[in-house]
Amino acid sequence: MEHYKMNLTLKVWRQKNNQSEGSLETYQVKDISSEMSFLEMFDVLNEQLILTGDLPIAFDHDCREGICGMCSMHINGRAHGPWTSNTTCQLHMRAFKDGDTIVVEPWRSKAFPVIKDLMVDRSAFDRVIQAGGFISVNTGNAVDANCLPIDKKNADDAFMAASCIGCGACVATCVNSSAMLFVSAKVSQLALLPQGAPERESRVLNMVAQMDKENFGNCTNTYACEAECPKGISVANIARMNKEYLHASLNTES
Amino acid sequence: MAFDSKIPKGEMNEKWNDYKGHVKLVNPANKRKLEVIVVGTGLAGASAAASLGEMGYKVKAFCFQDSPRRAHSIAAQGGINAAKNYQNDGDSVFRLFYDTVKGGDYRSREANVHRLAEVSTSIIDQCVAQGVPFAREYGGLLSNRSFGGTQVQRTFYAAGQTGQQLLLGAYSALERQVALGNVTMYARHEMQDVVMIEDRARGIIARNLVTGELEKHFGHAVLLCSGGYGNVFYLSTNAMGSNVTAAWKAHKKGAFFGNPCFTQIHPTCIPVSGDYQSKLTLMSESLRNDGRIWVPKNKGENRKPVDIPEEERDYYLERRYPAFGNLVPRDVASRASKERCDEGYGVGTTKLAVYLDFADAILRYGKIEAGKMGDHSATEEALIKLGKDVVKEKYGNLFAMYEKITGENPYDMPMRIYPAVHYVMGGLWVDYELQTTVKGLYALGEANFSEHGANRLGASALMQGLADGYFVIPYTLGNYLADEIRTASISTDHPAFIDAEKAVNDRIQTLMNIKGKQTVESFHKRLGLIMWDKCGMARNEKGLNEAIAQIQALKKEFWSDVRIPGEVNGMNPELDKAGRVADFIELGELMCKDALVRNESCGGHFREEYQTEDGEAKRDDENFSFVSAWEYMGESDWKLNKEELKFEIVKPTQRSYK
Repeated sequence: MEHYKMNLTLKVWRQKNNQSEGSLETYQVKDISSEMSFLEMFDVLNEQLILTGDLPIAFDHDCREGICGMCSMHINGRAHGPWTSNTTCQLHMRAFKDGDTIVVEPWRSKAFPVIKDLMVDRSAFDRVIQAGGFISVNTGNAVDANCLPIDKKNADDAFMAASCIGCGACVATCVNSSAMLFVSAKVSQLALLPQGAPERESRVLNMVAQMDKENFGNCTNTYACEAECPKGISVANIARMNKEYLHASLNTES
Repeated sequence: MAFDSKIPKGEMNEKWNDYKGHVKLVNPANKRKLEVIVVGTGLAGASAAASLGEMGYKVKAFCFQDSPRRAHSIAAQGGINAAKNYQNDGDSVFRLFYDTVKGGDYRSREANVHRLAEVSTSIIDQCVAQGVPFAREYGGLLSNRSFGGTQVQRTFYAAGQTGQQLLLGAYSALERQVALGNVTMYARHEMQDVVMIEDRARGIIARNLVTGELEKHFGHAVLLCSGGYGNVFYLSTNAMGSNVTAAWKAHKKGAFFGNPCFTQIHPTCIPVSGDYQSKLTLMSESLRNDGRIWVPKNKGENRKPVDIPEEERDYYLERRYPAFGNLVPRDVASRASKERCDEGYGVGTTKLAVYLDFADAILRYGKIEAGKMGDHSATEEALIKLGKDVVKEKYGNLFAMYEKITGENPYDMPMRIYPAVHYVMGGLWVDYELQTTVKGLYALGEANFSEHGANRLGASALMQGLADGYFVIPYTLGNYLADEIRTASISTDHPAFIDAEKAVNDRIQTLMNIKGKQTVESFHKRLGLIMWDKCGMARNEKGLNEAIAQIQALKKEFWSDVRIPGEVNGMNPELDKAGRVADFIELGELMCKDALVRNESCGGHFREEYQTEDGEAKRDDENFSFVSAWEYMGESDWKLNKEELKFEIVKPTQRSYK
């Protein structure tokens, strides 16, 4: 693979805190290697800003290998940037060419208020999980793991749903700021497994109720969430959640 | 200071049972009055916080990430060991115990390792009950694979995302307790110090990373589950935020530091590509089940790997270690790649890489698949296509990750890999109850030193983290808290809290007021280079002495010339990082001191002066069969205490994988 260097213009959202107004600021970076990751390019910019007496840009990141779900940049109008099935930290500079202008913004959603610059507060996701994204089994209550054979297809589908990293790209990319993909992934995982059966109905009802309470919007089937999900979580999970929800609603006396 | 490992008496396989049978209990009414602080929410912290919450304790859990679900346990790829013997291949608690003690090169505590092997099976049961989607066979039962350093298949896995699935299981249990009001979660908070009242840990000072405010939190006990300190090397497979700060503050308040120099360098990571590099990415050890490691037989080879004929390739692990081949333990595999690269056989632009090749595995799996379909005349092309599908199902996410980072397709071209810092076996010294040398202060998971000796076997970190959190601390903490039921909650207006908060605040102000010329990152990089060059895969007396002098000089420079922009009262990631790097610098010095006094080679600690004729690590059991437990005496001043290791069951022998 050919490696090359590039000079870039960056337009980055700067916002002091959640009380203040933000704006896009323009920065130049030079001699960026095509082998760098996108966040390493931000490291270079931040070092440059610190040395010239400016404030570095705050952004969330941690594992830098696409699994923790912490990184969250909206790059040139796309959650996590131009590559598909990819997180911001795994985006590499070979996706860009010399002279490009790149616009970087935080996730935009009422449910994810900006903390500073490109950092947002995604604690709404934790509260949705608190509402029912678990199986109520205390430590020490388990039977032997192989007592419960699970059909391989269901196990595999549950795993695919469980691979959600909770980054929030689905919400950020949705015109309605809907969290249906995130919520349905957890509902699906647990609905597909026999361990999840006892709380199957209360789980979906409670998680959906919390989702609404957190100001996430509704789903209008644009499928943008699936297209931008770094882990390829399928919208089939949303269909499954709707089925679960309907089933639970009809079965529950109100 | 008290220094007792508190290993229960009795036969090895009865110790833990006896302990559990006689340990003090706390009645439910009293549990509600007892407060426990848990720092870190990875596998150890989340499982401990959830389990203690379920038991009825009042728990406060802290993490620096925006959610407990993001702790770095999430990045563990390969799997988790358990002595289930589901594969009927002769596994047992004893074999897991034996393999772990041997794999650790006889520098771990037998009683702890035995307990770990005993509870390993319950971990799998617990995780499955939580809905963790482990890989399964068509019959619906759990699947296993083998991992380095063992000859049985005891590793449970969820594709290449086992850590993620286990952590999400523990996280869901934790969030359930949050919802029930048993655990209060403090995300985006970082522990800044332990608060001591008399001789006990009674709480912590934490910084709210969003507002910058310092907070005082009381606890009858404090559990540090804050992970490892591999980032002292700057480049490692750890997350960017992984740090030693919690453990280091505890150390300075009296907790001994155990075996700080025992570092695991993982053999299969994506090589460094340039000096802007911020972290390294691991390619799971499970790949060594199917990948073959080789370098060209000719120095300065320029052909593409696929064009180099079989007879001109050196499969050096298979050559040197025929019994274990590509599945030798990590320390052995890492040193073997370093040896080949040092000799000039490395590949890629930097020549600091070796090949990990899947061509044979793809063909082998293709033949099996064709056989299943009864197709015995498939072309090689067809076999390769079938084989690629199998490899994709097993390792798809790893291959995709490799391709994203390097731009090369590993299905067609061998991966290039090189060793990188991955895990630390060292950590806070703890006794059998996981208590540090400070009363009421515990360390769990990678933050403690205990189970892995001088080298950790693959798929054992997840096992240890969850063992400590789910199955050990719920018993051992009760033994301490049973005597605390008369201690009422202490107000955080107590002078000890006020003083501790002031000390933290003063340090932050000092850092901010330096207003120097060099960035925090630049100091961290320089520290990392010193550590990698002189306290990395190979160490020697001269280098370690130089490193100590260089680190002391770096420390002076840091405290006089670091530049931290921004404010104290608000989100300031540079300030967070500065505090962590300041602690890494001090730790780096202690690691070099520890490596310097250990005049032997064992596991991941390779002193060039101590090796066999064929370049293997040469242990010295007569003089070094002990845990180094370092006591902090003052700036750059430590006292070495030794915990003698007695091997009742597994008699130390020269570790051989030939």
